Order: sequence, then C-alpha cells, then structure tokens
Amino acid sequence: MSFSIYLTQITDVSIYPIISLSIFVIFFISVSVWVYSISKADISSMKQIPFNEK
Amino acid sequence: MQSETFYYDNKIPKLFAIACVFWGAVGMLLGVIIAFELAFPLLNFSDYFPYLSFGRLRPVHTNAVIFAFVGNGIFTAVYYALPRLLKAPMWSKALSKLHFWGWQFIIVCAAVTLMLGYTTGKEYAELEWPIDILITVVWVIFGVNMFGTILTRRERHLYVAIWFFIASWVTVAMLHIVNSFEMPVSFLKSYSWYAGVQDALVQWWYGHNAVAFFLTTPYLGLMYYFLPKAVERPVYSYRLSIIHFWSLIFLYIWAGPHHLLYTALPDWAQSLGTAFSVMLILPSWGGMLNGLFTMRGAWDKVREDPVLKFFVVALTCYGMSTFEGPMLSLKNVNAISHYSDWTIAHVHVGALGWNGFLTFGMMYWLIPKLFNAKLYSRKLAANHFWLGTLGIILYAIPMYWDAFRSYFMMKAFTPEGQLQYQFIDVVNTTIPFYIIRAVGGTIYLVGVFVMIYNLVKTARSGSFIADEVATAPALAKAYKAPTNSIWHSLIERKPILLLVLSLIVVGIGGLIELVPTFLVKSNVPTIASVKPYTPLELQGRDIYIREGCYNCHSQMIRPFRYEVTRYGEYSKAGEFVYDHPFQWGSKRTGPDLARLGGKYNDLWHFNHMINPAEFIEGSIMPHYPHLYDDELDTTGTISKIHAMRKLGVPYEENYEAIANKDLRTQAIQIKNNLVTESNGKIKISDKKEIIALIAYLQRLGKDIKIETTSK
Ligand code: HEC
Repeated sequence: MSFSIYLTQITDVSIYPIISLSIFVIFFISVSVWVYSISKADISSMKQIPFNEK
Repeated sequence: MQSETFYYDNKIPKLFAIACVFWGAVGMLLGVIIAFELAFPLLNFSDYFPYLSFGRLRPVHTNAVIFAFVGNGIFTAVYYALPRLLKAPMWSKALSKLHFWGWQFIIVCAAVTLMLGYTTGKEYAELEWPIDILITVVWVIFGVNMFGTILTRRERHLYVAIWFFIASWVTVAMLHIVNSFEMPVSFLKSYSWYAGVQDALVQWWYGHNAVAFFLTTPYLGLMYYFLPKAVERPVYSYRLSIIHFWSLIFLYIWAGPHHLLYTALPDWAQSLGTAFSVMLILPSWGGMLNGLFTMRGAWDKVREDPVLKFFVVALTCYGMSTFEGPMLSLKNVNAISHYSDWTIAHVHVGALGWNGFLTFGMMYWLIPKLFNAKLYSRKLAANHFWLGTLGIILYAIPMYWDAFRSYFMMKAFTPEGQLQYQFIDVVNTTIPFYIIRAVGGTIYLVGVFVMIYNLVKTARSGSFIADEVATAPALAKAYKAPTNSIWHSLIERKPILLLVLSLIVVGIGGLIELVPTFLVKSNVPTIASVKPYTPLELQGRDIYIREGCYNCHSQMIRPFRYEVTRYGEYSKAGEFVYDHPFQWGSKRTGPDLARLGGKYNDLWHFNHMINPAEFIEGSIMPHYPHLYDDELDTTGTISKIHAMRKLGVPYEENYEAIANKDLRTQAIQIKNNLVTESNGKIKISDKKEIIALIAYLQRLGKDIKIETTSK
C-alpha cells in the first residue's frame, strides 16, 4: 500500500506493534497468575454474591 | 456486628425497563421502515417532506437502537443489580431521577434534530455539540451515582458484573470525549476537530469501541448477574470471568483499525488491528462458554423456561458474531465484506441476537419479580422466542447471500477487460434480498409486540413492589485481610483502584493507537493541487452531510482493479486534508463518489437528484425535490469559513469578507451551465440549494485529476 510510506517517515515506527504485543503478553500472564493464586474460599464466596442480597 | 436495614428502590429500574422496551420497539420499527425504503423508495415520502428520507432516518434508527434501547437496557440492569450486589441502595435518588429523565430528554432531542438534518456526519456519533455536552453531563451524573453507591456499600468484594459496569463507564466517557471534539459553527452545527485520515482513525477507534463498550461489556455485566440468577446457580468459573474481563477490555481497544483495511490507513496499524482482532476470539469465547457452562445440568430447565431459552440463543449469537468479527478483520475477507451488506448482517446478529435476546430474557425474569407476579403466559413467550429466532435468520441469510453475490458481480470482467455489470444492475438484483430482510425484521418486531403484551399482562396481574427491604451489617472501617489471601483480592476490594486500572488498560491501547494517528497527520504529504473547498462547495458539502448521503455512498476507492476501473484512481491520504469531517462512508448502497467530479455535466446531476428512479431505471435512491425549492442559507458562510480556518484550513486572511461574493459568482456559473446544457429549458434561481450540492459533487476527486492532466 502506498500509504505506508507516510508511516515509514515516522522514526522507529516498527517499535509500536512490538511494544503493543509485549505489553499484552506480560499483562495477560500477570492476570492469569494473579487469578489462579486467589484462594478457593475467596472465589466461592465471590461467586455467591448475587445470591446473598437480602 | 450490628445489622442495618435498608431498601432497594425498584421504581428507577422499572422506569428504565419501560423506556428500554418502548424505545426498542420504536428503534426497531424505524429499522423496518428504512429496510422497506431500500426496496420501495416511494416510502421515503420525499415528495412531501425530507424528514423520513433514508439518509436522515437511518441515523435515527442506529442511534435509537444503540443508545435508547441498549442504553436503557444497561441502566435497567445497573440500577437493579448494583444495589443488590453491594447491599446498599443507590447513592442518590435525585441523581437516579436526573439520570433517567436526562437520558430520555437526550433521546428525544436526538430523534428530532437528526430528522431535521442536524448531524455531524460521523456514524453513531451524529449528534450535534449541545447534545454531546448533555450526554457528557448525564454520563457524569450516572458515574457519580454509581461510585457513590460503590463507596457506601456493605459488601466488601465487587462482583465481576460490577467490574464490567465500571470499565464500560470509564471507557465510554473517554471515547465520547475524544471523538466529539468539534468546532461549533452555530447552535446545532459544528465541524469535526480532525480532518481526513485522522478523523477516520479517531472515528473508527470510537465506532469500534462503542460496539465493544456500549453493546458488549455492559451486557456481559448484565449476563454475569442475570444468568446465574435465572439458572439459580453461580457462574461456572469465576476465575475465567476475571480473565475474560481483563483480556477483553485490553484487547478490544486496539482492534479499531480493522474498519479501515485497504484504506488510507498505514499497513502496520492495519496489521496490528487485525492481530488484536483475531486474539479477541479467545476472551470472547471464554466468556460465551462460561455462560453456557453455567447452564450445565440445567438443560431440562432451558427447554421450559423462556428466560433461559433467550439467554442460550443470546450467548450463541455472541459467539457467532465474535467469531465472525475477527474473520472480517482478515484482509482478504474484509476485501469482500467491507462496504457490503455482510457488515450489516454481522451487526444485526449481534444487535438482534446478543443485545435483543439478552434484554428480552432479562425482561421476562425481571418484570415478574418487580410486580410480584408469575409471567402471564409462557406460551406467548415461547412464541416470541420462535418469532425472534426466525426474524434473525430471515434477516441475516439474505444479507450474507447478497453480499457475496454483489461482490462477484462487482468484480466480474468481460474477456475484453471491461466491467461486466453496471452498478445499477447490481442494485436491481439486490431488491428481492432487501425485501426478505425487511420481512425478517418485521417478524422480529412482531415478536417484540407479543412480549410487550405479555409483560403488560404480567404487570397488571401483580402489584408493584416499590421498595424491597434488606438487612446487612455495615462494612468494618478497618479491614484486615485474612492471612491466607495476601494481596490477591486487593483489586476487587478497591473500586477506585479498579477504575484507574481499567482506565490505564484502555488508555494504553488508545494511546498507542492514537499517537501514530497524530504523527500521521504531520506525515501526510500535502498534495499541492489539493485546495480548500470554495464557499459554495463547502455549503454543498454541508447539504451532503445534512441529507446523510454518506449512509449510502462511500468516498474512498480501494486499490483493487475492479474498483479502480469502476470508480477511478484509488484514493490518496493527502486528498482529504481539508475534510472536516471525513465522509468515507461505510456502506455502498449506491456507488462510490470519490471521483465523481467531472464524470457528468451539471445538467445530469440536476435531473438525477430530483428523481433518480425516473432518470436511472430501477434506482432506489430517494428523491430530493426540496433542494430545488429551498434557498441556500448564506448567512452562515462567514462563520463556516472562519471555523475552518481555525481548524487549519488555509483560507486567506479576511477571506470571509468576499466569500459570499465568490459563492454567488460560482452559483451563477452553474445556473448558466444548466441553461446552456438544457438548451434553455431549465431556468432555476442560482440561490437554490441544489446549485450548491452540484458544486460540491462536481468538485469530488478533481484535485488529483487536475494534477495528472497538467503533467
Ligand atoms: C438509499 C441510498 C441512497 C442515498 C441516501 C443517496 N443515494 Fe445516491 N445513489 C444511490 C444509488 C442506489 C445510486 C445508483 C443508481 C443511480 O444512479 O441513481 C446512486 C447514485 C448516485 C449518484 C450517481 C453516481 C454515479 O457515479 O453514477 C450520485 C451523484 C448520487 N447518488 C448522489 C447522492 C447524493 C448527493 C445524495 C444525498 C443527497 C445521495 N446520493 C443519497 C443510493 C443513495
């Protein structure tokens, strides 16, 4: 695409997708680690919240 | 600890539920009307008044369904579920009321102004600046009320549904503000702050995320509350729901560029959009499966209970559209789908299936609860379910079929290398598909009326519970985490932190996507021959925007042989630098107009616009006779030029002083052309609006043509 030439004029533009992807991977791994380290008791009490409204 | 007694207010959720169903019926009715208009252009009633013309009515339909139907659906869910999940009444009754009436007022203003032709010309963000400000105010009221409630809660943990509500609130606020930057020209008229490529990027960053954070995430919050309630068992995996939440909001915000594949958007941004769009399948399907598994072991109930039936189909449609979405953002698929009815089918599987059916399920569950009654008729609900399902099928299948069919017609060449079909040939063969689609929509709408009857009967048979009493101990001020759960549940106990984190997550995506957008602007080479619009052309452009021509016409030619042959040289980024707002469009019910200038003479346009169907056998474009009666309002020319200069369009200093003189000269020229070209048969005042519109149409894409001929 001829439009991409405008972008190549921006210095170091290729860094953007790389940054984006690494941020996501790091983010995703941290969230997963965090979620799986929550105790079972906590999880099941949170699950029940919609049923304790009275 | 001492127990406190408090009340859940049911009056506000009831009001929102009524508004949701009411506007839903109105919005869908409008959808049915415009669907029939495409098949039978007489239904535009253009010979009597311009208000119901397709270009004006389609934005009313989309805005009504998104912001009035789904919007009120979201608020119904929030005002019902939030207090219950937090064991606290809504923070302020006054704010709740302000929110409710403010939102309904906005809806009415929106409908009226759009039909009168006041529009910014940016899809799903058409409302003019005073309404944009009102929306901001009401949205803040909603946020304050929601956070007030969260901060006065009696339940330590924030249930995952609330996370979805919080993230939706903050992201919608961000999107609305960034995309609505505009320069007021007068009361109810403004120009987008951004121009051309940049405007397109911001717009689709907004447009895509409006789907994500208005139609999807709040409804996931709704699902995570109402689905477990209806099945009477907790969500299948709470851990999965947390991962679903974070990865979904993270990924969604990046995916916007997939709306602009093969356009003036740079390659890497397109690829990034595609990559993130494909990854979106994972959290979306995670969420869908989580919902479906919640019903495991309760399938016997699903067969009986209308609420669950609707939920099952809603989740299935969610799965289908979130699978299809990433597919559509693959470049080779997008080449077929973009500008075609495929996109329309895609959004309707989402809107009718996911949003519609989830809302109906919620209503069948909620109304009996609010009125302490049993659902009046399960049988009617089951009928509604089948009508709705049939409606979706009859809507979607013809549209998919038509998209492929038109694609093959559009790209067919004869052995001699000429286009095999004219655009109008495609239009003519499309009409049967439009008719079936409209019938599908009608059936779906009939289902909605069946539901309304059923719900009214249900409400009548019970008595409304205005307040529900509940008791719970207050939260202890100083919280000591149990020793085994170190920092884990930190976040879901700290709402403000959650808000900030969500904002950061969506903010990063937004920034990385938008920063290059602004860099692009300074990197788009100005093409020397691209000049600002003359005053008459500018006025004509505003008529083009007012009449909503962009709802049927694109102005963006992609670099494919079959497009270049049909429409002319493909579009260059530098051509749009003075377009506030951009008018690339998203759908080609009519042909692309990017290189229209000079294709026909003035007389052709004069004869075409007054009655396209008479001029082009089988055209479904509406008539525009009022443009031939109404005089162009030139009092605004000066402020328009002034506003444009402020936005960076290089009109000379003090050009305002002579702008209207130039305008008149050009208008007289066009009038004279019409006289000569018709051999004196056509005599029209040069003051009419049609003259300005012709000036604009004749300008389209000309800048580059001049350059090539002068070389
Ligand atoms: C309902 C959709 C629809 C709307 C709204 C609409 N058009 Fe069209 N337009 C069409 C169709 C279909 C055609 C092809 C048949 C024909 O030429 O009439 C067309 C053709 C045209 C053409 C001829 C293009 C060519 O290259 O032959 C022009 C010019 C045009 N439209 C201008 C406009 C303008 C200006 C507006 C707004 C005032 C407008 N249209 C609104 C559907 C629409």
